[in-house]
Amino acid sequence: MNKLFTIIGLSLGLCVAAATQAREVTITTTLNTYRGNAAYLAIYLTNPDGKYKQTLWVAGKKSKYYKHLLDWARGSGLKTAEYEGMTGASVSGGDSLTIKADIDDALIDAGYLIRVDSAVEDKRENRIDAEVTLTTSGAGTPVSGRGYVNTLSYSL
Amino acid sequence: MLRRLHSLPGLFAALLLLVIATSGAILSLNPALERAGAIVPPRGAVNVADVAQRALRAYPGVEQIERLPSGAVLVYFTQDDNSGADLINPMNGKRVSSYETSAVFSWLTDLHRAFLWDDRGRAIAGIGALLMAFMCLSGVFLLASRAGGWHKLFAPIRSTGAGATSPRLHAELARAAALGLLVSALTGVWLSAIRFELIPEAREMEAEFRQSAAGPPPADIGSLPALQAVDLMDLHQLIFPFRNDPSDVYSLRTHQGSGYVDQGSGEWLSYADYGSGATLQTFIKELHTGEAYWWLGLIMGLAALTVPVLAVTGGLIWWQRRQSMPKLKGNSPSHLADTIVLVGSETNATWGFAKSLLDGMSAAGKHVHVAPMNDLVDHYPNASRLLILTSTYGDGDAPASANQFLHKLEKLATSPAMSWAVLGFGDRQFGNFCAFADLVTEKLKQRDWPQILETNYIDRQSGPSFEQWGTVLGAAIDMPLSLHYKPLPRATKSLTLIARKTYGEQVNAHTCILRFKPAKPGRSLPAFAAGDLVGILPPNCDAPRFYSLASTSKDGVLEICVRRQEDGLCSGYLYNMKLGEHANIFIQRNARFKPSRGKSPIILIGAGTGIGPLIGFIRANKKHRSMHLYWGGRLAESDFLYEKELRSYLADKRLSRLHTAFSRCPEPAYVQNKLLEDAVQIRNMINQDAQLLVCGGRRMADDVASTMNTILAPLSLDVATLKKASRYLEDTY
Repeated sequence: MNKLFTIIGLSLGLCVAAATQAREVTITTTLNTYRGNAAYLAIYLTNPDGKYKQTLWVAGKKSKYYKHLLDWARGSGLKTAEYEGMTGASVSGGDSLTIKADIDDALIDAGYLIRVDSAVEDKRENRIDAEVTLTTSGAGTPVSGRGYVNTLSYSL
Repeated sequence: MLRRLHSLPGLFAALLLLVIATSGAILSLNPALERAGAIVPPRGAVNVADVAQRALRAYPGVEQIERLPSGAVLVYFTQDDNSGADLINPMNGKRVSSYETSAVFSWLTDLHRAFLWDDRGRAIAGIGALLMAFMCLSGVFLLASRAGGWHKLFAPIRSTGAGATSPRLHAELARAAALGLLVSALTGVWLSAIRFELIPEAREMEAEFRQSAAGPPPADIGSLPALQAVDLMDLHQLIFPFRNDPSDVYSLRTHQGSGYVDQGSGEWLSYADYGSGATLQTFIKELHTGEAYWWLGLIMGLAALTVPVLAVTGGLIWWQRRQSMPKLKGNSPSHLADTIVLVGSETNATWGFAKSLLDGMSAAGKHVHVAPMNDLVDHYPNASRLLILTSTYGDGDAPASANQFLHKLEKLATSPAMSWAVLGFGDRQFGNFCAFADLVTEKLKQRDWPQILETNYIDRQSGPSFEQWGTVLGAAIDMPLSLHYKPLPRATKSLTLIARKTYGEQVNAHTCILRFKPAKPGRSLPAFAAGDLVGILPPNCDAPRFYSLASTSKDGVLEICVRRQEDGLCSGYLYNMKLGEHANIFIQRNARFKPSRGKSPIILIGAGTGIGPLIGFIRANKKHRSMHLYWGGRLAESDFLYEKELRSYLADKRLSRLHTAFSRCPEPAYVQNKLLEDAVQIRNMINQDAQLLVCGGRRMADDVASTMNTILAPLSLDVATLKKASRYLEDTY
């Protein structure tokens, strides 16, 4: 009997754990070839209304330029805690950036969006250069961007 | 010391600065070009609400409006899912052109600030800017010290003698460009320091983000008071809210601050000034790029253009300076030396004596510092003795390595006192023998320093009399001093006489024109120009004799004009030289006797063999500049040197007018008479900035000078004034 409870308890525990489990999502952003310096990119998650939820990655090392990643900057409030440990080098034209991010399972197939804001020195700043809804069925299907982003895709 | 601080970083950074400055100069055109293409309404004419409304009308998909530092207005828009950027006319919102940053300028920018090499390149460029700033400052100090004080910094720059074009061009250009270069360099250093976080960057204060109030619906953009209140001149960037998102806002950045504007009420939801630190920072950046003031950018670009010339002339000056002083073993640094030996030399011959003196005194246990007289510094902490060995140039002037000595002497510290002696070098055949040595003596006597012994003179580089002077000097300073003079070895070339023509036998003026070619076939002549000197070493003789060159090395021959002197060792040797015989020669530059550049008339005056360099100048006058020759001989039938050639130059316009005077013809005349006859024309030419070049014997030159003074008097000018302006040059013998 005791044994049975233990098993049930463990199973329940596992179920609860599964319910709040984070999934590793691989996101690939490929840039167009364009003339100019390397691009700063902010890759982030928004709720179905487009409200900022969490930062997934910021490409570009000088935080003083982050304000040019317009919507992300607005959503994150540019608070260091929002992007700490999630930054890397800026991305040159024609190059691809692949990142892995942990996203709460509950946000998949829930209308949440992956968005990319982009900026290049002396060139236009793009809010929502590309966006894609995070769904199980949409994984692996690239969407095209409007600015420096050529394609944005993710795999679960 | 100061010069070293200038030349060493200069040599090191020349190539670096060449790239930075040249690319910078081209980049400086950008703000002006952008400005030229921009429509810039005056302050008060257009506000941000106006321009936003016009842009929205022309571009329904407008997302962002920017005013570039040039004044051009730029819109970013999305239409049918395509992004674009256009420059617009702020008066009607219509498209002027599509906005493309130029590939060339982008590449140049990357070259300018990073040598196309990312952060490493940026670091190098930053160091380059620092060196540039350093060069500017040390250079300005040098200029001031050379001019004789800060108050004379903008006085005309003295002609500096041998190899004079480089130093003069360098100084003139540097003086004109220094301020522009310094601004570019310092702002560049500052930008680099910010970039590498060596100095903290002033952060722009950011307004807190607030959403539009839920109240009134979005209003017409032209009616928004916050946008109406900002003049277009002050706009930096206006970002439109998302379509169909009533809670989104306008974000507005001006030159002073930034904030968010409510879509409905059109009022600021929040606003913050950037802060004075950030504003200053932006200004410095825009100062560097020329974006702040396009015209200032152009001036700075022009200043940057001097850098390639400064680099080349600077390198040449350094090289000439190096060449002008032989390597001396055992030479002590000036601050350690007990004895200072300063050398004034035009042809470098005096250096051989200085070397013997250095060797002799070093052997006696002294610490000797030998340097050109121009290298006199303000203070010699350990020196108790100052010995000056100097020749004289021309009519009592300072030789090349001493032409700044006299005004530097005034600044020399009076303590510790140094006992001193002067030794003059010259040739007794010429007037004003050792006049400069006497002048230096006179100046030194004005100090209360003990004179070791009376000024002595060495005639024609006589080794024995120099060694004798050493003995006297040794006795005077209580030191066994034995000097052994050995002339410095010269790199000579062997030339063959290939043509000779003699003149003037009939009038007892035995003169010949000699042409030489390299002795070994296939070898080239050393580089020289008409007016330079050729040093010729007659057999069994240490001291060279100098003759003015009548040709340039491009002519393929070395040509001189020689008159046989009574018991002239060298002239006799040359006059009697047979075709095919060899002579050992070396070239001595003589930048003091060259026509100025430009188009102003040239008046050439000479007598006898003085025509040598003058015919060379005429021969090289292929641009047909106005050139007038006054020349005097004895008898046209006998010693009219270059008669045929001169006639041909008159025919092909290399020579404008030829005026000859012969002293032994039925109507005897001298050049001075011809000059007086033409006084009016000469004054006209002087008014056109004419330059006079006089070549001949000292007496003839003195006669010409006094005649010229008579001619110049009505213009309130005299020869001395023209000489100061390098418009009256003499080459006399």
